[in-house]
Amino acid sequence: MNGTPLLDIRNLTVEFGGLRALDGVDIQVNEGEIVSVIGPNGAGKTTLFNAITASVEADGEILFEGETLLGLDPNQVTSRGVARTFQNVRLFANMTVLENVMVSQHCRTKQGTFGALFYTKAFRQEEAEIRARAEMILAFFGTRLVGFRLDQPAAVLSYANRRRLEIARAMATQPKLLLLDEPVAGMNPVESAELTGLIGRLREEWGFTIVVIEHDMEVVREVSDRVIVLDHGVMIADGDYEEVSSDPRVIEAYLGHGATTK
Amino acid sequence: MSATVLNTVLRRIPGTWRRVVRLGALGAVGQVFISLSGMPVRLDVREIIVPILSLGYVTVLAVPLVLGVLLGRRPEHEEFLENPPGRRDLVLGAIAGGLMGGGGLSVLALLLANFDLRDPLINWSPQLLEFLSFGRGTAFGFGIWLVIGAGLGLVGGTLRLASSRTQKVIMTMALTVVGAAILESLVVDLVEGVSLEALVEWMYAPRGGLTLVGAGVLAVVSGLLSLVGQGRVKNMQERIQAMEGPRQTRVNLMLIAAVGVVLVILPLLVGKLTNELLANIGLFVLLALGLNIVVGLAGILDLGYVAFFAVGSYSTAVLTAATSPRIAPEFPWFVALIIVIFIAILVGLFIGAPVIRMRGDYLAIVTLGFGEIIRLLFLSDWLSGWFGGSQGITAIDGVDVFGLLTVDGTNPRRVFYLVLFFCAIAIYISWRLERSRLGRAWMAVREDEPVAEAMGINTVNVKLMAFVVGAVLGSFGGAIFVAKVGSVFPTSFLILVSIIILVVVIFGGMGNIFGVIAGAVVLIGVLGGPKQPGLLVEFSEFKLLIYGALLVWMMLARPEGLIPSARRSRELHQEEFLQDAWLRGQIDTDDNGPDGGSGTAGAEA
Repeated sequence: MNGTPLLDIRNLTVEFGGLRALDGVDIQVNEGEIVSVIGPNGAGKTTLFNAITASVEADGEILFEGETLLGLDPNQVTSRGVARTFQNVRLFANMTVLENVMVSQHCRTKQGTFGALFYTKAFRQEEAEIRARAEMILAFFGTRLVGFRLDQPAAVLSYANRRRLEIARAMATQPKLLLLDEPVAGMNPVESAELTGLIGRLREEWGFTIVVIEHDMEVVREVSDRVIVLDHGVMIADGDYEEVSSDPRVIEAYLGHGATTK
Repeated sequence: MSATVLNTVLRRIPGTWRRVVRLGALGAVGQVFISLSGMPVRLDVREIIVPILSLGYVTVLAVPLVLGVLLGRRPEHEEFLENPPGRRDLVLGAIAGGLMGGGGLSVLALLLANFDLRDPLINWSPQLLEFLSFGRGTAFGFGIWLVIGAGLGLVGGTLRLASSRTQKVIMTMALTVVGAAILESLVVDLVEGVSLEALVEWMYAPRGGLTLVGAGVLAVVSGLLSLVGQGRVKNMQERIQAMEGPRQTRVNLMLIAAVGVVLVILPLLVGKLTNELLANIGLFVLLALGLNIVVGLAGILDLGYVAFFAVGSYSTAVLTAATSPRIAPEFPWFVALIIVIFIAILVGLFIGAPVIRMRGDYLAIVTLGFGEIIRLLFLSDWLSGWFGGSQGITAIDGVDVFGLLTVDGTNPRRVFYLVLFFCAIAIYISWRLERSRLGRAWMAVREDEPVAEAMGINTVNVKLMAFVVGAVLGSFGGAIFVAKVGSVFPTSFLILVSIIILVVVIFGGMGNIFGVIAGAVVLIGVLGGPKQPGLLVEFSEFKLLIYGALLVWMMLARPEGLIPSARRSRELHQEEFLQDAWLRGQIDTDDNGPDGGSGTAGAEA
């Protein structure tokens, strides 16, 4: 592993009106790591993702592979190799499962109007590749999203499958860094255990570096190399699960002042 | 205010009759409104069945009939009512509703005879009284509408209670007779093309309208056909749908080819007027297909689409006409068209760039503004040196096809073939683009723009592309329009044109090529375009009223359009769609069955 981290966030500040959602946060994520971001509600976790993917304006510095992401458009960030899922599942509900994954390969493909109108060989080839890649990605989730499901609209999927499709869609943009926003929220214990396994395999088989926001401490302990704790927009801890979970400031943040002194 | 009063009154009426009173009152108001709009009197000249029924009477008679049908329907959630209405109640209700509906006209007849309100209401006229009383005095007029209302209510109500088979047969018969009367000029023209004039003479009266015998025979024949054919069409559709991919495509291709052949042969059989009508329909199909790419596929509500039509028209005029004021290169039409395409692309980018960053309502309003700006530029004194201001550019030559023949307004058949050719191009473009990387990106942008952007789609470029393709198709329309009409004036590019094209797209079915075509055929063909007459020439005065009413009804009853795109209708009926899927057991509720657990999933991948 080389010296520079894949994602290097320095002194990141995001303000909404007078409210500081993030206040001088420094985070480094090395290539191949799985990092969890935890914190109470309103701590700024999702804002952190929004800042990285250019959905909100931020001050400070965000370096990805040594180059800044600030000032880019969201689609440019995605083509640099950062993909995300959404906390409140936001699939293209009326597009089919397959189309959802196909459309997300947009920035990795290039056939335009000309190819489509004249039905060129390059166009047909690329369409076939897009489709094959989409099916391969969906096959990663076992039998759940393939077969007859391929042509079903995303709206009819179960909640857990929608979350899986969100991940598949992010995978289709062929990222280096995958940002998962509460991937197991709303899943039952069996499903979340399964997804925990998948997160590990995403790193091993696909080579993604992963940052995951999660409330489920089982999952956090299971998947993460490192845990970062945010509270009121400030980073209050950074270390492995054991360290962080015994950190008095973290306990205070979750349980309130006084919990540590007793 | 009046609504609250009405509701207070309604609440005192016992449950089952409340609906009757409400609908009856609505019907009465509707009939009075229709009468005072002047439609019945003005349309009385157009006969449907010669001595007994004119289009004017159809407009008012339809109301009690519809009331009867509506009231004959059992209310939904029947099991929740304490005393669900029986057949007798329903029929009685329908009669009462019809009576109230017809009663509106009775009262109107009385008022017409005794008061003079011509000052604010220009259609408050003796002719209307004459029309309502059938020329037999006020008392007759008062009584007859009560009788007619009740009678038609009874007919509507019993119709609703009949078996669905009977209903279908009766509907087919009614539609055939009215359709044959409306399509009279088309039928006459077509029949003359294959020299079967005897049929026409026997079916239609000399001064228009079906003869009694003709109507009777048509009704019987269509009724029999529908009895025999019932279920067959549906069976065919199901059989085609059940076929596997390649075979289904082949059947579809054959159907399309058959329609194509008909479209090529049809103009040879019909006369000049019908060809003119066909050319107008084709022109609007072309424009609507262009707008469909912008609105239907990419989801950008463009209210200023006429701008591209205008740019196409004016640039063709300047490039081809000898009379163009500033520069007159007098290119042949096809050479000019290539340049026009480039101009359209530039204008698409130019208008699109500032507009595209906005969303929703703001975008719609800004496009509306640009549509007007373009028209005003062509009208302005500033550019009148180039485009002739309000004088426009006149005496423009038609299309010269390789020196063989000229396509211009004097020969609508040739214009139609030209339009047909460009419609084919437009259909091909829409069809190919929808199934491409770009088409998927448009879909994603339409569904959820911020997410599409987060998934790596350059939304600005993708939407600009939709604008540009739309602009090019619109400019094709403009270039043909110029060749057909032979002149351009700023008044040809009013905001109304944008609206009508949009209504065609919405009415037909946004996002569906066939829907858009159907919309243009029905609306432009029957009612007519902004300046072009349709089959119902008499309607031209009331065209906008009917357009508006149709649009409102469509939004309430069938927001996805005549022939909807599957996806669009899912978007509009998300909840019902999910319910249906759930009922069919297709919905994916829980998947922790035997195939759950990380072990299996891991083993399979």
